[in-house]
Amino acid sequence: MEDLSSLIAGFQVALSWHNVGFMVIGVVLGIIVGVLPGLGGPNGVAILLPLTFGMDPTSAIILLSSIYWGALFGGAITSILFNIPGEAWSVATTFDGYPMAVQGKAAEALTAAFTASFIGALSGVILITFVAPLVASFALRFGPAEFFAVFLLTFCSFIGMGRENRAKILASLCIGFLLAAVGLDSISGDLRMTFGSTELMRGFDFLIVVIGLFGVSEILLTVEEGLVFKGKQATIDLKVVLRTWAGLPRYWATLVRSSLVGMWMGVTPGGAIAASFMGYGLAKRFSRRGANFGKGEIEGVLAPETAAHAAGTSALLPMLALGIPGSATAAVLLGGLLVWGLQPGPMLFVEQKDFVWGLIASMYLGNLAGLIIVLATVPLFAAIMRIPFSFVAPVILIVCAIGAYTISNSIFDIWLMLIFGIIGYVFKKLDYPLAPLVLALVLGDRAEDAFRQALLGSGGSLGVFFANGLVTTLVALAMILLFWGPVSDLIGAARRRSGRAGKAAEAAE
Amino acid sequence: MLQPFRVCIGFPENRDPLFGPMLWPELDRPAVTAGLLPLPTEIPMSAHPEGETPRGLSRRPVELVTAAILIGLAFVVLWDSYGRGAGWDNGPQNGFFPARVGWLFLAASLFILVQSFRTENSVFVTFEQLGQVSRVLGPLVLFVALIQPLGLYVAASIFILVFMAVVATSRWWSIVLTAILVPIVCFWIFEQQFRVPLPKGPLEAMLGY
Repeated sequence: MEDLSSLIAGFQVALSWHNVGFMVIGVVLGIIVGVLPGLGGPNGVAILLPLTFGMDPTSAIILLSSIYWGALFGGAITSILFNIPGEAWSVATTFDGYPMAVQGKAAEALTAAFTASFIGALSGVILITFVAPLVASFALRFGPAEFFAVFLLTFCSFIGMGRENRAKILASLCIGFLLAAVGLDSISGDLRMTFGSTELMRGFDFLIVVIGLFGVSEILLTVEEGLVFKGKQATIDLKVVLRTWAGLPRYWATLVRSSLVGMWMGVTPGGAIAASFMGYGLAKRFSRRGANFGKGEIEGVLAPETAAHAAGTSALLPMLALGIPGSATAAVLLGGLLVWGLQPGPMLFVEQKDFVWGLIASMYLGNLAGLIIVLATVPLFAAIMRIPFSFVAPVILIVCAIGAYTISNSIFDIWLMLIFGIIGYVFKKLDYPLAPLVLALVLGDRAEDAFRQALLGSGGSLGVFFANGLVTTLVALAMILLFWGPVSDLIGAARRRSGRAGKAAEAAE
Repeated sequence: MLQPFRVCIGFPENRDPLFGPMLWPELDRPAVTAGLLPLPTEIPMSAHPEGETPRGLSRRPVELVTAAILIGLAFVVLWDSYGRGAGWDNGPQNGFFPARVGWLFLAASLFILVQSFRTENSVFVTFEQLGQVSRVLGPLVLFVALIQPLGLYVAASIFILVFMAVVATSRWWSIVLTAILVPIVCFWIFEQQFRVPLPKGPLEAMLGY
C-alpha cells in the first residue's frame, strides 16, 4: 500500500511538463537510434549520457530510459520492413514479420509488433513495481559476501545460459574485469596495470568502450556487407490498428506465455535474446497454427516481441534493486546513475524514493508514449532507412567521436574509441559476445570490492561464501546456472549418440 | 531474393546458414561493393556463380592470432599483478583479484586456442569486404588524427569530404553541402544549446570562439 502511494507520487513527478517533453524527445531519439545501423540501445544511450550530466537526475534518467524504449520499438520497424534486425533480440521477429510485409500485411505486422512490445514491456514494469521493492528490502540484509555471491550469480548465468562458445564468454568477462582494474585502485590507492602511462591512470571509461564496441564496430560490419536496403512500404491507419487490436484477444495465451518467459529470462541477465527465441519456439509448438509459422503468421510476430520486451524491461529490475544490470543498455544506465552520484542497489529505494518511483512511473508513461508515437510515425522512420548510407555513416561516426570526447574532454579517448571499434569488429566476427565484457567492466570494481571485503572479514578463508544459508543458496544457485548449459549439452549429445537423433532434432525445433 | 542481414551479437547458429554460401556471392557483387548506396534496380544474379567461394582471409589464422594475443595479455596481467603483490598482507593485496581473474583468463584463452585448431576453416572476411572496411577506417583514422591540430569541426568537415569522395556515390555539390552543414549543426547543438566545449582549432580561433 505504501508502494502504491509512492507510485502515485512518482506519476506526479513523471507527469510534469518538462519530464513528459523529455519522454517524447527520448522516444523519438530512441526510434531513430533503433532504426539507424551502427546505433543501438547501449551505444545511443552512451553517446547521449554526457549531455545529461547537467540535468537533474530524474529528468535525465527519464530521457535516457525513453531512448531505451524507443530503441526497442525501432528495432521492430527494420525487422519487419527491411528484414534487418536492429537488435539481436529482433531476429526472431523477422521470421514472420518480413513474410507478412512481403504479403502486403506490413501494417498489421507492425501494429502487432508494437502492441506486443507494449504488452511485454508493461508486464515487465508491473513486475518491477511489485517485486523490485521486495527484492531491495530483502537485499538490505546483504553483506559483502552476499553481494559478491549475487555478482557471481550474474556472471555464472551469463556463461551457463549464453548461446555462444562458453570459453569466449568467459574470456570476454575476464577482459571486462581486467579493464575495470586498470588505473587507480580505490582500496589501496595504488596504480594498477598502467605500465607508466599517464593516460591509463584514469582507467578505461566503460562509455568509451561501449561507443567503440557497439557503435564504430557496427558501422564497420554494416559497411562490409555492402548494405542493400530493400524495404517494404508501410503506412498505418487507424482502421488497421483497430482491426489488428480486435484480433489480439484470440492470442491471449501466446501473449501471457511470452510475457512470463520474458520476465523470467530478463531478471537472469543476458536473457532478452534467448527470451525472444524461446517465446517464438514455444508459440510455434503450442499454437494450433504452428505449421504456418515462418510464412507470415501474426502470432509469430507477437510471441518474440512480447518476450523480448518483457525481458528488456525486466532487465532493469536487478539494476534498480541490486545494482546489477541485466543487459548492456541497463549497464549503461547504471553507469549514468553512478555519474549522478546515485548508488544503485537496495539503498536507492530508501534514500532516493522520489527518483526510483519517478523512474518506474516514467516506464509506464514512456512505453505508452512510445506506442502512440511509433504507430503515428512509422512511414517517417522507414524513410530514414532510405537515406544513402554514405551520408549516414560519417554523421554517426562524428557523433560517436563527440560522445567519446565529451565524457572527460580528452582526445586520447577518441583514439581509444577507435581501437575498441576495431576490437569489437574482430570480436563480433569471431563470435565473442560483447555484453559480458561491458557488464564486467561496469561491475568489476564493485565485485572486486565486495570480494576483498568479504575475505577481509573472514581473514582470507573462502568459507565466508558458505557461512550462512543465504549466501550458500546464492553460490549454489550460481553453480547450478554455471553448469546448466554444459550439462544439458552433454545430455543432449549423449541422447543423440544413443540413436534417438531424429526425436531429439524434432524436439529441438 | 535479396535478404540483407546485419550481424547480430550472439547468434552464430542463425548467422552461418544465412551468411554461408547462399548469400555471400550476392553481397559481394561489384556494384554493391563499389558504392555503399542501395541498389537502384535488380542486378543480374550471374555476377558470382553459385558455389564459387570468394577469396579472402581465412577464419582459422584470425582465431589463432586473437587467441595468442589474449594469452599474451593474460601473461602481462599476471606479471603485473604478481609484480605488485598478489598475495595476502593483512588482507588481499591489490594484485590479488586481477591475478585470479588473470589465471581464469589464461585458461579460457588457452582453451580457445586449442578449439581454434578444430574449427572448420571458412572465409573470415573477403578481400572485397576488407577493402570496404578500409574505405571507412582510413578516413576515420585521418579524422581522429586531425582533431588535435585542426579542431573537431574542421576535421569532421574534411572527414565527410574524404569519405564521400572515396565512396564516390554522391554528386560533388551534395558532398560539399554535407561537409559544411553537418559541422555547423553540430556546433549549434553542442556549443550553443548544450554548452559542451569540443576541441577547437585555428579556424574557430579566427572566428572568435
